[in-house]
Amino acid sequence: MPMLDYWNSRIERAPMEELREIQARKLRQLVDTVYKSSHFYRKRFKEAGVRPEDVKTLDDVTKLPFTFKKDLRDNYPTNMFCVPLNQVVRFHVSSGTTGKPTVVGYTRGDIDCWTTSLARALTACGLGRGDVIQVSYGYGLFTGGLGLHYGAEEIGASVIPMGVGNTERQIELMQDLHATAIACTPSYLLHMNEVAKRMGISIRDETDLKIAILGAEPWSLETRRRIEDTMGIKAYDIYGTSELSGPLFTECKEQNGIHVWADHFLLEVVDKNGEPVKEGQRGELVVTTLSKEALPLIRYRVGDITILNNEECECGRTHPRIMRILGRADDMLIIRGINVFPSQIESVLMTIPEVGEHFQIIAERNGELDELTVRVEVTKAAFSDKLADLMKLEKKIEYELHKVLNLSTKVELVETGTLPRSQGKSQKVIDKRKI
Amino acid sequence: MSNTIKQISLFAENKPGRLSKVAEALSKAKVNIRAFTIAEAGDFGVIRMVVDDPDKAYKTLQSQGFAVSETDVIGVEMKDVPGGLHEIADVLGRNNVNIDYAYAFVTSTRLALLILRVDNIPQAQKVLKEAGVRLVDSKEVSRI
Repeated sequence: MPMLDYWNSRIERAPMEELREIQARKLRQLVDTVYKSSHFYRKRFKEAGVRPEDVKTLDDVTKLPFTFKKDLRDNYPTNMFCVPLNQVVRFHVSSGTTGKPTVVGYTRGDIDCWTTSLARALTACGLGRGDVIQVSYGYGLFTGGLGLHYGAEEIGASVIPMGVGNTERQIELMQDLHATAIACTPSYLLHMNEVAKRMGISIRDETDLKIAILGAEPWSLETRRRIEDTMGIKAYDIYGTSELSGPLFTECKEQNGIHVWADHFLLEVVDKNGEPVKEGQRGELVVTTLSKEALPLIRYRVGDITILNNEECECGRTHPRIMRILGRADDMLIIRGINVFPSQIESVLMTIPEVGEHFQIIAERNGELDELTVRVEVTKAAFSDKLADLMKLEKKIEYELHKVLNLSTKVELVETGTLPRSQGKSQKVIDKRKI
Repeated sequence: MSNTIKQISLFAENKPGRLSKVAEALSKAKVNIRAFTIAEAGDFGVIRMVVDDPDKAYKTLQSQGFAVSETDVIGVEMKDVPGGLHEIADVLGRNNVNIDYAYAFVTSTRLALLILRVDNIPQAQKVLKEAGVRLVDSKEVSRI
């Protein structure tokens, strides 16, 4: 059977005006529903002086108040749900590493919508029946594993529900079951590649892997290039966040932005004061869920920094794209008054072949002055017996970082394999400053 | 390269316990270290050594995840008397061979062995031989 180009050709290629009509209709419905069913939203709308009938067109969305992660925490566990609990078929719970955990409930319809969203996305990456997809995201309370699993089954692929960890076994099964695709975090795939090498296995030549669906942490274009070149695969960016429904959207084969299904989600990009940015400008992503039932979110401040692109894609899809996630608004470090995103540092390091893909950023306050130390691993191939070469390498990295960040940093070379390899989100930034 | 010694160099962070880890790995592999030096540059250093079985040392350290390299150095037999080093340094200096680094050890046979990393190995070997200095190769080192 030939591979499908689209999961749902009609809707994925619908004219933008038609999509906007669907969005406007669904937005009006949503505002009505939450006003009736949610004490939380009713109170919020009243505080903002807005009534459901004030929202008539899509542009009226800006009249509505924002929703924040804090709201989900404050209403722990289920006080923001808009359906009775007996309609909830599943819960996912965030890890709570950055605060109190948040609970998201799903109705049957929510699960179906999530699954459809991923079926469209995985098809856009060229996957379908006949593919064997190894899902190496965590299963359980984390949304990654189960989300991908349902999407992959929906398109008729064979799923290996691997989960995280036990890397050697992952590589064995990848070979034995002829996995053609893997879904995991980019740092875990890099870790896997290292472990495979140690086992004497080349992922490029001795497995059937051709596609990786990578996400759950920001990663740079340079990391993608390194993954694609060394492993001989195509690496696609996947996006989602636990509050919306974990992984939801991916790039298409063009690899030029992540398609966000407009019939289910309405996007805005705002500046730090919550004002819309001009089209093509970077800002914080704001999402309104148009189809979610159990826990709809209105103008949810996701916290990820991106650029919105409303142009029709080369692939024929009309749905808007978010360009690469540049980091989280709360990942941003301010060092001596300069904004620094870990993703910028990653981009620089990936252009320097002598260093590995793992790095760590340490921010410290020395007296009054903030200092940034970047620890990088020296690759085995780059190590020469000469001390002077290593010292030159440190200087070269410091120079390249300065060019991009406009900030002096201290670079420390460390031994290969000593920086933490995380199996989930990587711990790349350590902020020791007490502010 | 003939008549040289294969030196093992490895990258190590300058922090407690790193040398111990290197030494432990070699000890378990039953590799005997003949000569040894650490050069440090702030946060990191390079450990260099001459061992009885360089290939085994290389494989052992690499499999433990260290960044290791093999470098050709020359081993020179030096008289363990005043002026021994001067004689060698003088020959090389006069013939325009630069010594990048050097370290020495004394054997049980009243001879001192000088390990030299130079910028021109064939030239160094030639001028030292002409000056009547005896060179020591890997085989001989493993027999010490």
